[in-house]
Amino acid sequence: MSSPIVQLPEAQLRPLLAGYEATVRSRRWHTLLIFAAVVVAMGLSSISAEVSLPTLVDKIGNFTGYIGRLFHLDSGRGVWTDPVEWYWGLGRWLRLLGETLVMAYVGTALGAIGAFFLSFLAATNVTPNRWLSVAVRRFCEFCRTVPGLVFALMFVIAFGLGPMAGVLAVAIHTLGTLVKLFSEVVENIDPKPVEGVSSTGAAWHVAMRFGALPQVLSGFVSYTLLRFEINVRESAVLGFVGAGGIGMDLFEAIRKFYYSDVSAILVMIVITVALIDSATSLIRHRLLGLMDNHG
Amino acid sequence: MNRSQIDVAAVRERHPHHFGGLRQEQRTLALVAAALIALLLMGMAYLGFFDVKTLRGVTKLGEVALLMLPPDPGSWAHFQLYFWALVETVSIALLGTLTAAVLALPLGLLAARNVTASRILRFLTRRSLDTIRSVDILVWALIWISVVGLGPFAGVLAFATSDIGSFGKLFAEAIEAADRKPVEGIVSTGGGKLLGVRFGILPEVFPVLASQLLYYFESNTRWASVLGVVGAGGIGLHLAEAIRVLELQQASFIILMILITVALIDVVSNRLRFALIGRRVRTA
Repeated sequence: MSSPIVQLPEAQLRPLLAGYEATVRSRRWHTLLIFAAVVVAMGLSSISAEVSLPTLVDKIGNFTGYIGRLFHLDSGRGVWTDPVEWYWGLGRWLRLLGETLVMAYVGTALGAIGAFFLSFLAATNVTPNRWLSVAVRRFCEFCRTVPGLVFALMFVIAFGLGPMAGVLAVAIHTLGTLVKLFSEVVENIDPKPVEGVSSTGAAWHVAMRFGALPQVLSGFVSYTLLRFEINVRESAVLGFVGAGGIGMDLFEAIRKFYYSDVSAILVMIVITVALIDSATSLIRHRLLGLMDNHG
Repeated sequence: MNRSQIDVAAVRERHPHHFGGLRQEQRTLALVAAALIALLLMGMAYLGFFDVKTLRGVTKLGEVALLMLPPDPGSWAHFQLYFWALVETVSIALLGTLTAAVLALPLGLLAARNVTASRILRFLTRRSLDTIRSVDILVWALIWISVVGLGPFAGVLAFATSDIGSFGKLFAEAIEAADRKPVEGIVSTGGGKLLGVRFGILPEVFPVLASQLLYYFESNTRWASVLGVVGAGGIGLHLAEAIRVLELQQASFIILMILITVALIDVVSNRLRFALIGRRVRTA
């Protein structure tokens, strides 16, 4: 079945075709240029990062071997054949895992409480003072950009080895991120309730309490829960620098090549993280439903 | 207007629900809040927040902070050393992110509902991506160190493996959000499944993928600066060393360098992102 296609006259068609081709050509050049830039950047950085593919090809067997050894006991049998032997340190690991969770919880809570107050100062639409807002923002940017592990290293000097350093590192990093997220929530509120409360002569904090807070609370809670999930993961590795939690044992096991211990601890962490993830998302939906009902 | 002018009884009669005391939901919320605060206080006590030792730690922290000022690299040679270590850090992040993205694209296609029909294949891909993601980058770094030895290459490989998990998931989501019509159009002209993906889906999702790539490059630079703490190359090695031997002025100088670099990358990647996706999808 063929349908007649209307052909444009040659004179009309030629400039259109030429235009089309020019567009396609310029786009091709564009793509090619970006591609070339990326390749050059990769080449330069692979020199700097001492990338050597021969080493990788040579040693890739070690990687699969390593993964394989993770799931074998010292006696050479698979870990699944003797779970009791695999989890010989279950009591100690559970305690450390509990400590990690407490670290994550306290760190998140302290950071969120701090962020709660700072975010109203940082949000440009409700801030009592513009310079204060800028100062708070810069400070939180600093807290956010310096990695938590660096804070942990420093707190270990001040507070000694142990979970205290880890908690403070988590709290500071949480403060930095949550102030940013919270103040964005505050900046997106409807200004009318705040104006209404202010117009009755209420002080700034009262206007915030009754004008802004009811609008932002659910957003705050949901971001805090999301942050808690991330913090559980982060607390699990803070032990690498001696800042408490399960990370200390994991680090030691990796360093000393206790393969089955590594896999045992990793499996515990993975399961815990998955459980926390599903629990917080459940709580988030519940809590938000509850708040919407009464708000 | 003072209170005596308001007829409280009349207002109460008109709006009884505002005077009814706490309602069921409010009571539940108050209980939850009280439980959370109690848990917080118990946790703080468990971690030793209320010990005398903590107070001493805080004063010591003040001393440490004072010792960090002003930031000072020590010598020109040190500065050069740090500068090249920083270049190495950025290289690790760049290579790791790009490699992960290239490897994650096929996995993202496998995990996307509108591309892969087989439910089992999709499920397996998603679960493997989840597993990769839930192992921390530092653990990957340690594993790769024992495979290829200490140095930045281990860092690159760590990012490449760890980010496959995140990219795979994000890419799959972006692909699933793509419009179905271009693919239908291509299939209707007789194009196969592969052509549909190549000309129908990829052109649409590429800007989104690129913007995610840039975002990850930025956050990976931050992370790359701590990989050195476990021996995977970059500036982190010098930073951890400076902190451990209490050369705190050098430590704060390194932190300052990292902050400036991250800020620069932030500016550049924002520009690139806007150039790529235009202003219409701001936070894709």
